[in-house]
Amino acid sequence: MRFLYHIGRYFILMKRALAKPEKFKVYAKQFFFEVDNIGVSSLGLITIISFFMGGVITIQAAYSLTSPLIPLYAIGFTTRESMILEFSPTIISLILAGKVGGNIASEIGSMRISEQIDALEIMGVNSASFLIMPKFLAGIFINPFLIAISMFLGILGGYIMGVATGACSSYEYIFGIQAFFEPWKLSYAFFKTAVFGGIITSVAAYQGYYTEGGALEVGRSSTRAVVYGSILILLANFFITKIVFKH
Amino acid sequence: MIQIKNISKSFNGVKVIDDVSFTLQAGKTNLIIGESGSGKTTTLKMMIGLHTVDSGQIIYDDVVFTELNEKDKQNFRKDIGMLFQGGALFDSMTIEENIAFPLKMFSNFSDSEIKDRVNFCLGKVRLNDRNNLYPAELSGGMKKRAALARAISSNPKYLFCDEPNSGLDPKTSIIIDELIHELTVEFNMTTVVITHDMNSVVQIGEHVVFLYNGKKWWEGDKNTILTTDNKELLELVYAADFFRKKNPNQNL
Repeated sequence: MRFLYHIGRYFILMKRALAKPEKFKVYAKQFFFEVDNIGVSSLGLITIISFFMGGVITIQAAYSLTSPLIPLYAIGFTTRESMILEFSPTIISLILAGKVGGNIASEIGSMRISEQIDALEIMGVNSASFLIMPKFLAGIFINPFLIAISMFLGILGGYIMGVATGACSSYEYIFGIQAFFEPWKLSYAFFKTAVFGGIITSVAAYQGYYTEGGALEVGRSSTRAVVYGSILILLANFFITKIVFKH
Repeated sequence: MIQIKNISKSFNGVKVIDDVSFTLQAGKTNLIIGESGSGKTTTLKMMIGLHTVDSGQIIYDDVVFTELNEKDKQNFRKDIGMLFQGGALFDSMTIEENIAFPLKMFSNFSDSEIKDRVNFCLGKVRLNDRNNLYPAELSGGMKKRAALARAISSNPKYLFCDEPNSGLDPKTSIIIDELIHELTVEFNMTTVVITHDMNSVVQIGEHVVFLYNGKKWWEGDKNTILTTDNKELLELVYAADFFRKKNPNQNL
């Protein structure tokens, strides 16, 4: 029953959060601030992780694909498919659930316990909308861009490390990343990435918004945001994949 | 004028406000006093709609606030300014941005008009030239003054102050009390101050309501409170032994 209570309260909060803004100009400014806060500030982390993960996938693929029947361009192909289908959209989103989700929950939770949310309400501001809508829309908007950068850097990392370690030649890798390319897979990846962006921001905002107590509870809200956000990302990933890959 | 009519409130089956009625006077500094846990803050939160009432009515002039829907309450609150116990300034904004926020949100003022209004409000609370500081860079008293400037920035009809002196030294407390009273007179606001600070009562209590165990126990002003024979109120007023000995009413 507690589970249903939270689901109901989450949707009621999101209905309030997505209500018509009091002043579009203020919300637009807040949206771009959140794009910077959520997106641009995560670029360093995403760059490092994606580059090295691409390299590691390439090296592992080269180690596993030892049969003379499998052409070496399969290494590039494997790296591309891994990065586009799963690593960039899902694993990077899980990492962002930790970084961005924890940050949002603690920010809003701190505002709750220091009465800043009450202050917004007293001014006549829809606090749910002002605090959550820009973050939610920014998450949906910026996450696909982050993931596109992650895909590119992962494939680039695979190229540099694959060629540098002699796992495959430059020609074989480039041929591999172009082989049997199906553009709809990119659409699938970007779609689920946008969904994950919405999950990360809204679940974290929900946890922060209903924080009660003091600093300890803010920490707990932050932890719950990461845990529930990650579980929901994995569940959403499963259902979207099941729907898209009909076999 | 704010009329409180027979309001009650319970939390988890425990009645914290029990059939309380009183009237707060327009254009005056009204104080709601009482011991910790007497229901002062709960009453205040019901008055501004952060808690709902279980029964009874809260009427602002001719508006029955308790019967408004959420959207209308939200609109009505634009007439309310609030000084929170901890200031509740937005940490991510400078003092200027904090004060400008309600104006940017709800007025059609130009940027220069907003800037002028911010400087005017900062001048009123004697915080000139602190525009670009962040709340974390201010002392407790300065935070309260900045929060007061934000509360009056949109020219509210009603000003609520939740324990404005908590955490402040006696001298700064007096400054904050004087500011609240001055602004009440100057802007002709109906001000409600929640406090248990007797200095505030004696200094600015034009109308005082005493709550005890969730009930209205006494009503009067700063002159009558010192000579009251209400036992529970006297215990609050003369809580310290020093003052108790000075009390003309020796039968405490």
